[in-house]
Parts: sequence; structure tokens; C-alpha cells
Amino acid sequence: MSSTQAMTSHHATPPSGLMRWLLTTNHKDIGTLYLIFSLTMFFAGGTMALVIRAELFQPGLQFVQPEFFNQMTTMHGLIMVFGAVMPAFVGLANWMVPMMIGAPDMALPRMNNWSFWILPFAFSLMFMTLFMEGGAPNFGWTFYAPLSTTYAPPSVTYFIFAVHMMGISSIMGAINIIATILNLRAPGMRMMDMPLFVWTWLITAFLLIAAMPVLAGVVTMMLMDIHFGTSFFDAAGGGDPVLFQHVFWFFGHPEVYIMILPAFGIVSQIIPTFARKRLFGYTSMVWATSSIALLSFIVWAHHMFTVGLPLVGELFFMFSTMLIAVPTGVKVFNWVATMFRGSMTFETPMLFSLAFVVLFTIGGFSGLMLAIAPADFQYHDTYFVVAHFHYVLVPGAVFSIMAAVYYWLPKWTGRYYDETMGKWHFWLSFIGVNLTFFPMHFIGLAGMPRRIPDYALQFADFNMVASVGAFMFGLSQLLFIYNIVQCVREGDPADKRVWEGSQGLEWSLPSPAPYHSFSEPPDTKVALLLTKGGR
Amino acid sequence: MSSPTTTYYVPESSRWPIIASIALFLMALGAAGTINALESDGQGVSHWLLIAGALLMIWVVFRWFAGVIRESQLGLYSDQIDRSFRWGMSWFIFSEVMFFAAFFGALFYVRNFAVPWLGGEGDKAIANQLWQGFSAQWPLMQTPDMERFPGPQEVISPWGIPLLNTVLLLSSSVTLTIAHKSLKLGDRDRVQTWLGVTILLGLCFLGFQIEEYIVAYTELGLTLQAGIYGATFFILTGFHGAHVTLGTVMLIIIFIRVLKGHFSADNHFGFEAVSWYWHFVDVVWVGLFLFVYIL
Repeated sequence: MSSTQAMTSHHATPPSGLMRWLLTTNHKDIGTLYLIFSLTMFFAGGTMALVIRAELFQPGLQFVQPEFFNQMTTMHGLIMVFGAVMPAFVGLANWMVPMMIGAPDMALPRMNNWSFWILPFAFSLMFMTLFMEGGAPNFGWTFYAPLSTTYAPPSVTYFIFAVHMMGISSIMGAINIIATILNLRAPGMRMMDMPLFVWTWLITAFLLIAAMPVLAGVVTMMLMDIHFGTSFFDAAGGGDPVLFQHVFWFFGHPEVYIMILPAFGIVSQIIPTFARKRLFGYTSMVWATSSIALLSFIVWAHHMFTVGLPLVGELFFMFSTMLIAVPTGVKVFNWVATMFRGSMTFETPMLFSLAFVVLFTIGGFSGLMLAIAPADFQYHDTYFVVAHFHYVLVPGAVFSIMAAVYYWLPKWTGRYYDETMGKWHFWLSFIGVNLTFFPMHFIGLAGMPRRIPDYALQFADFNMVASVGAFMFGLSQLLFIYNIVQCVREGDPADKRVWEGSQGLEWSLPSPAPYHSFSEPPDTKVALLLTKGGR
Repeated sequence: MSSPTTTYYVPESSRWPIIASIALFLMALGAAGTINALESDGQGVSHWLLIAGALLMIWVVFRWFAGVIRESQLGLYSDQIDRSFRWGMSWFIFSEVMFFAAFFGALFYVRNFAVPWLGGEGDKAIANQLWQGFSAQWPLMQTPDMERFPGPQEVISPWGIPLLNTVLLLSSSVTLTIAHKSLKLGDRDRVQTWLGVTILLGLCFLGFQIEEYIVAYTELGLTLQAGIYGATFFILTGFHGAHVTLGTVMLIIIFIRVLKGHFSADNHFGFEAVSWYWHFVDVVWVGLFLFVYIL
């Protein structure tokens, strides 16, 4: 009987069939669940993106009504942020953190299961809103008041509770990761011995625990304004709609780093492997990550330059935002220096990581442009902003996730994926993503507003290119599925080390890794040697 | 229990998390439906979903914790697992701090920026054109639109019930610490006495808080609809009160567990976790007393 929770033999076989996945306390099973869930949401959110791009293929209204278009932009954003990118990183943390630090499992395995299984229910609630009277949330993923309060469809209440559930899930997931890293490291592994993926996740977990409760706070104030007559976001009662934006972005800006710091960690694992060199500047990487995390709490109002901040606010948030370019630059230079004079090979994970470094940097630079308050007055709410954050999120966060999947898939499954097909997937994605988002810089600078289903004729050419690119990117993700399935079913067997240049504790385990990673603490010296090499 | 970490323990698969997820889903679905039904007259099943979800959740939490307590008493937990629980509880409390920080932040923003700007002060004085003649003050007795948001006639004086409640809650932290010290000395009778006193103090606090709300609503016109003063007042004191309620329930459970002899002088993390939580609630109250009532 499972209620006794007897912690007997740690080699006990798990229940079979569906129950294994529903009841599991195993970090690998839960990691797999997170990754599959994330992939599903990636396709759901991607389909919505394709609805948007189909509509924008030509000027005028083709396929959908503006009201539905708004629901698509809103749901696309929410699903990609909370359903695709965040769970993918949590899934990778579940799989890799215990293996990288020499732990048997996560620190709190039952809570780990709960963190995951809340998500499918939360997103069911979210998807249900599509079929409700008045339609799904239509106010953009940033749900600014009063659009999301006074003028919101009734389904907003369901949206609020769905966000609460996602928040609970994220906070518990983050607590688990932080406890695992702080408490379950192999004996002798100091903080500064940890692989960079573990470091970045430690800091991300801190950001999650600090930011998600603020999101819970802001949706609670929305709920009170909508249904209980308070006036937080209503100036008629002495409140302020701008207050919504402040509280939202106090969550929202750390949130964007939540979606990129683990990506930094992944790339910092992959590049040394395929450059066959140790990571350049390990210590500076740790400090840079921490600085970015701390700065993320004092830059939020750069999303609100045009809302009418006092001058001193504009200046403070402009300069603090630009300051983030310094630690980020440290990282980019470190990656490049790692590759300098390395014996590089270009397997699929490396290709995705290289594309990450280049394209994320483009996104970083457009971010710097947006950080300049007087210039932002021009760019605000145009497609330039859309181009910027898609560059950091798609060839940034999403590419890093794909790189991580290709990199660790042989360790998870014990089989190699098909390298040729992996390269096809990469190149099609790479071309598709740039075709989609690069033209958006131009139409944005030329003044095309975001979140509008129709546009002026002069934007037609670039929009057509972007739509073609979007469908190309979207369809090439089917190759991703094919590659994973093919790898699981008929890939060539992989050895322990998988990659010639791979370093770190996870590679000391057999491929596929055993059900419980380390049932005994790994040998301290081996652990240290391997992880240091893995830097 | 200081066994050296030679092998690791991992719990077997468990059915509680998935049931808890279902309970949470029912609660969310039910709560959203119930709240949406407030405006219409329609009688749905939503409130039943909410109740069912809540009951299911209480049952799950009860059984889940019971399992953990049993494991602990069987001596399955190493020091390492104990540390994991401690980290878990600490970071959970940190997340609660950030939750309250959002509302305190809203209060500071409204008081320092939004209301003065509406009154014509500072960089965004132009906001005054929305409601000409509105003058900023705090507590905000005259809202910009008195028809939609009739301001309160009077606000709660800090030197009556709030001061009394401050004394009650601060003392309860002291009595809880005495109980904890007694537990470490293995003096179970004293633990029971001081823990009992702590619970009584918590219940008194809640009683006075309810009294204060009744007065606010019936005599002072201080309601949720009374503009931004009422909104910030009730969201801060309301969530604090909810946390005190939960804390009191936790204390009562701890009290029962003391009676059952669950805790020993050197192994009583459940007790400590609850006392951390109680001290946290206490600290939040000090913030409330200062920034909501006095200043």
C-alpha cells in the first residue's frame, strides 16, 4: 500500500502502465513528464502562432475576426511562457541536476510529482476558457488593467485561478530544486565545483520563488477589482492602472531571466564538450549569472517607459537596464573564448548552441536599443519589440532546450539520435526562425504596431516573408518529434560517455542512466575530478 | 538520529500528489465558477465543486502528513532529509514574504505616487485634470469619484484594537518560544501549557480582528468598496488574518501531536516549522501595524 510510503529498497520496481506516471516520485520519470508536457504545449502554442501568422500573411482580414486574433496572441504568449519554456527547463533540471551533483533523486520527491501534475490541470482550466461565453482572455499575455479588469471577458476569473495553479506549481518546483542543490550534492562537492547548469538553475529557482508570489498578488488584486469592488487599478477610487504594470513587471522581468538563465547553463555545458576545452571563466560565469539575477529586480519599469514615468524613473530604469549588458557580455565573451583554439566539432547540440550564442546576442542588442528610453518611445508596442523578445526566446531559450535534448538524449535513452536528421532539423529551424523574426525588426522600426490583425500596405512584403518563415519553422519541428521517436525506437546504442569531450558526473553513469541515479554517494575525488573537468 | 549518509533513501511512488492535484483543480474550477456566479443569479454546481475540492484537499493533506510522520517515527529519515525539509520550509516562507511584499508595494506606490499625483502634486500633476478639485490625503476619506467608491467616514484608530492585537501577537511569539525551549528540555507539561497559551492568544487575535471588521463595515463605512484605503487595508489585513487562521490550525495540530508524544527533545521539525511560520506571521503584523494603522 502506497500510503505507508515505506522507503524500503531503492531498487524497487515502479508500478507499471499509467499508474507509474501518475504516482511516480522518480526524478527521471517526472523530468520526462515535464518534457513531454512542454513539447505538447509547444505545439499547441505554436499552432496559435501559425493562426496569427496566417492572418498576417496579407493585409486585411482573411481568416479570423479581430476578437479571436486577440485571444490567439494572448493564449500563444501564456502557453509558450508558462506551458512550454518554463516546464521544459524544470524537466531538464529534474533529469540532470541530481545526476550532475551525484544525488539519488530530488530532495522532496513526492512534492516533485505534485509540482508536475498541477500543470496539466492548470492548462486544462486555461484551455477551457476558449470555449466559454465571451471567449478566452483577449488582453495580451501581459493582461494590463483595465483591459483585464473592466473590459475583460467573464473567463478572466478562470484565467486568474489557472495562473494561481501555475504559480503554486512553479514555486514548489523551485523549492525542490533549490533544496536539492543546497543539500544533496555529493560529499566534497563545493558550490564552486558545481556544473554551470546547476548554478544557473540554483539562481533561477531563487528568482522563481521571489517572483511567482508577486504574480499571485497581482492576479489577486485583479480578482478583487473585478468581483469585489476594490479600486487597486481604478483611479476613480484612488488607485492607478499603472500600479498594475508596476506589480506585473516586478514579476515579469525576473520571469524573462527565469526563461534564459537555465539556457545559459545548458550552453555552458555543451560548448566545452564540443570545443574539447574547459569552460573559460567559470567563476566569472557564476558571478555574471548572479548579477543578472539581482539586476533583474531593479529594471522592471523599462517595460513602461511610455506610460509616463517621472523623469528620474526613466533615467534610473534606463541605466540599470543597460547595466545588465555587462554581465551578459561577460557570458558571451566567455563562450567565445571557450571555443577559441578548441578542437571543435559540429554535432547537432553544438549547432543549436552556436546559433544560440549568435542569435541570442542579436536579441540582446535589440534589448539594449529598447533600453534607451527616448528611443523606446519610438519602438514601444511595435513589431521591433516582438522581434526582440522572440529572438531571445526562440533562438534563445527554445534553441537551448533543443540543444539540451539532443545533448542528453543518448544519456536518457541509451541510444543515439540520427545525426543527419538532427542537422536537418537544425538548419530548417535556423532558417525558419530568422525568416520569421528578422523582418519584424524592419517593420517594427517602420512603425507597425503589435497585436493588430491588419496592417498598412507598405508592411505587406516583410509580413509575407515572416509568415512563410513561421510555417517553415513550425513544420520543421515535426522533424524534432521524428528524431526523438526514431532515437527511442531504433537508435544505435550509446556508451557511458556519449560525447568524446563530455565531462561531469552524469557521464559516469551508464546510458541509459539507472532508475535511481546514485544510490550511494559517488566517490568524492572522482566527483570533483569529473565536475571540474566539466566546467 | 545522526546516521552517517552511507546510502540514500527515496520514497516509493505515492498516490497523494495526484489526488492533491485533482483537489486543487476542483477548488480552482469551483472558486472561479462561484465567483463568476456572484454577479448573475444562476445557481450552478460550482460551489459544490469548490466544497468537494476543499474537503478532498484537507483529506489528502491529512493523510499525506500522516504518512510522513509515520516514516519519521520509523526512523527512516536521515539528517540529510531533515535538512531538505528545513530548506523547503524556509524557502516557502520566503515565497510568502514576497506575496505580502506585492501588497505592501502596492500600498507604498499608492500612498507615495498615485494619490499625490491625482491630487496635483509632482511630476504627473496633470492627473489632477481627471478629477479637478480632488485633493490628496491619507487616509483617503474623499475618493475622486465618491459615487462609485464612497470613501470611509472614519478609519480604525491604531491605539485601540490594533494595539491590543499587536501585544497579543507579540506575546504569542514569546510564549511559543518558551514552549519550544521547554520541548528541547523535554518538559512536556510546560510545552502543553505554553503552546496552549499561544493558541489562545492566536484565537483572541482573530476574535478581535473579526470585531474590527464588523465595526469597519457597520459603523465606519470602511469597506472593500471604500476606495483605495479600504482596498489596501482589507487585502493586507485580510491575507494576514487568513495566515493567522492557518497558523492557528497548525498550532492546534502541533498541540495534538504533542499530546500524542510525537516530538522528542532532539527531533521535532514539525514543531519548528510551525513556529517559524508563526513568527513570520508575527513579523508581517508588525509591518501592518506600522504601515497600515499608524503611519
